[in-house]
Amino acid sequence: MSLNIVVLAKQVPDTRNVGKDAMKEDGTINRAALPAIFNPEDLNALEQAIRLKDAHPGSTVTVLTMGLPRASEIIREAIYRGADRGIVLTDRTLGGADTLATSYSLAQAIKKIGNYDIILGGRQAIDGDTAQVGPQIAEKLHIPQVTYAEEILDIKKNGHVTVKRRLENGVETVKAPLPCVVTVNGSAAECRPRNARRVMQYKFATSTSEEPKLNPTIKAIVERRPELRIAEWSAADVEADPEQIGLPGSPTKVKNIVNVVFTAKENLRIENNDEAIENLVKELIANHTIG
Amino acid sequence: MPNFYTDNPELRHYLQHPLMRKIVELKERNFTEAAKYDYAPIDFDDAIDSYDKALEIVGEICGTTIADNAEEVDHQGPRVENHRVIYADGTQRNLDVCRKAGLMGMAMPRRLGGLNFPITPYIMAADIVSRADAGFENLWGLQDCAETIYEFADEDQKQRYIPRVCQGETMSMDLTEPDAGSDLQSVMLKATQKEDGSWVLNGVKRFITNGDSDIHLVLARSEEGTTDARGLSMFIYDKRNGGVNVRRIENKMGIKGSPTCELTYKDAPAELCGSRRMGLIKYVMALMNGARLGIAAQSVGISERAYREGLAYARDRRQFGRPIIEFPAVYEMLAIMKAKLDASRSLLYETSRYVDMYKIYEDIAKERSLTPEERKEMKHYSKLADACTPLVKGLGSEYANQNCYDCIQIHGGSGFMKDYACERIYRDARITSIYEGTTQLQVVAAIRHVTTGTYSSLMASYDEQPVRAELQPIHDALKELTATYETAVKTVADAADQAYTDFMARRLVEMAGDIIMSYLLLADANANDSFTKSCEVYFNYARAEVKKHADFIADFTPAQLEAYKPAE
Repeated sequence: MSLNIVVLAKQVPDTRNVGKDAMKEDGTINRAALPAIFNPEDLNALEQAIRLKDAHPGSTVTVLTMGLPRASEIIREAIYRGADRGIVLTDRTLGGADTLATSYSLAQAIKKIGNYDIILGGRQAIDGDTAQVGPQIAEKLHIPQVTYAEEILDIKKNGHVTVKRRLENGVETVKAPLPCVVTVNGSAAECRPRNARRVMQYKFATSTSEEPKLNPTIKAIVERRPELRIAEWSAADVEADPEQIGLPGSPTKVKNIVNVVFTAKENLRIENNDEAIENLVKELIANHTIG
Repeated sequence: MPNFYTDNPELRHYLQHPLMRKIVELKERNFTEAAKYDYAPIDFDDAIDSYDKALEIVGEICGTTIADNAEEVDHQGPRVENHRVIYADGTQRNLDVCRKAGLMGMAMPRRLGGLNFPITPYIMAADIVSRADAGFENLWGLQDCAETIYEFADEDQKQRYIPRVCQGETMSMDLTEPDAGSDLQSVMLKATQKEDGSWVLNGVKRFITNGDSDIHLVLARSEEGTTDARGLSMFIYDKRNGGVNVRRIENKMGIKGSPTCELTYKDAPAELCGSRRMGLIKYVMALMNGARLGIAAQSVGISERAYREGLAYARDRRQFGRPIIEFPAVYEMLAIMKAKLDASRSLLYETSRYVDMYKIYEDIAKERSLTPEERKEMKHYSKLADACTPLVKGLGSEYANQNCYDCIQIHGGSGFMKDYACERIYRDARITSIYEGTTQLQVVAAIRHVTTGTYSSLMASYDEQPVRAELQPIHDALKELTATYETAVKTVADAADQAYTDFMARRLVEMAGDIIMSYLLLADANANDSFTKSCEVYFNYARAEVKKHADFIADFTPAQLEAYKPAE
């Protein structure tokens, strides 16, 4: 049984080690001042993917990322750990995307990949902390989603996946039909290290836009070994509607950003039902937090 | 995330040593393997880049997983259940992560599943691992037993065992017995050949590190009726075949994560490795030399850790209104710790390069005959490796112990408590000057290079290297110090008294080591200014040590030995 596994990954500024120039005047992140890293929970997702591949030889792990061309760095990181190939979805027109436009763009890319059995991603990225992209992709692809996953317990091709979920109050085991989206928690198994041999094997893996910078010797190697090519897809390659991507496709508008120091002593608990959620939204609109 | 490789630029310095080019070109047979293996380097820079990247993985794993697990492993330790060893949980996690990172069988050739690393970058990995957890280094470092199989076993055995080591199976070398420690020629474990030609082992081994390993190298008496080294052969025992049980594991002072086992062999099937009767004479000696270099790396890693723990505490701890590192008594201790660390590390990689040079030639000699120049070079480096290995093992392990002592001293009362890592490191360090041959036995191995002049010619070759003007005074002074050493050597030799020579051997070997390490740090400082301070501090230390020993020897007459002898 060989699985086609897609892992969603994001290159993010390392917000865990923030210096004083981490924010720009306008309150947005100064990406130049922060090292770019593999989003931590995406590494947890990658580990689950590679474990599936280990258990089901012949499976392929494709890592998909959207971002600047330099995001090929995390594709290499993923390949060093056991992923088979990677795709960087990169295009000027994709810039400035909120979660809605991002999930649309990624969903288009996943459709182009096609024939997937399971899509794994981190619960959320440390730069935005929204946890929306995974679930939105599932909606756009009309497939089920399992969030807060901690471990994939079992999987049957063209069947179901059984997933252990880590929730606030305990652990839940759920079964979902394939294909589906699974977003993985930071509490899941830590990602394995880079493998020394794979690093030597794939260190020349190069994306299309990096190719002109190669010296002739390495260029010849890349030309000889197709597995060293990291694909770059544009918005047009994934047949994205220009109105639904980048800034035009992003209804989220940042009004202003303020530094908030948590002072609240109490938490408000909301029950997990439509009525409670509706009441919360009403309350947030009333006090102008949203709307 | 802490990375124990990238935060330690000294290691990269040694990776860039001029001799590395030759080592790599020979090891890679002029990069011809690149056509066959997609992970083989295409040229020298590519090879160094690959070592660098692999060491970065080692540094990352060591700075996180292995260092983080060290305390828990020290507390929990391994245990025995149903005659099998169960590692501490953290040890198991460490092994898993090293396997996944592909760090097993690093120095083995590619055709057998290895990474074909020279010894030098492999030893760097051992240095880094030891800084994280010296006890774990034992388990990880026993992969170099595969080297013995590679050198001496037949092709079929290589094909069957070495790929398993590269996949992550562990090894052990079963040498010591209750009545055969330093004196291995007394080994009694019995090897009996059955009618079908196969062998079985019977008897007891003691103090076997990782004694429940997957693949054992066993020294056993194959020649009935013999009592000396010539009756001993080397065997391979595969745990899959059964027959060896763990009777108990020792409760040790340090390196607690590394299980030290007492083993019982009951008709344990084994294969002869190499030729009969050559077990101790040839194979164990080779095995031991490799293992000694490993312990030297372990010692350097421990020294590094001790220095860093001491430094961090001295910066942080305030007394009399300022950090204690501002007091001369404290900063002197730290400067000397650093100097000893750098000196022993410089000798470690000098030695590993020598080992690389002759071992690679030996390996090439299996494929084609060497040219006369190559054979000459091989002999030259083999001799230097032979001379430097006991020096770096002996002195490096003593420095590790001294550094750990000083590290606790810097911590004051807190260092005596279990709250700081320094007490664990202190306990871990203690074994380094004992196992794989005590310091006293390293002196026995080294003294012939004092008397035959190997060290003198090494010093002379270092003296020929020109240095920057500001380092010239040290260069000149080292020449004088060398003369002081030669005088002491002559004094002892002229007495022509064996007991007196043995008595003075320690001093002469230390003097040689002090001078050689000073020269090496001088060369390091000449190439890289970040070594200049250590070079100066070490030289001052070495000069005082050499003079002290020289005085002792000059003032001593063989007749005075009587006062030291035990009462009848």
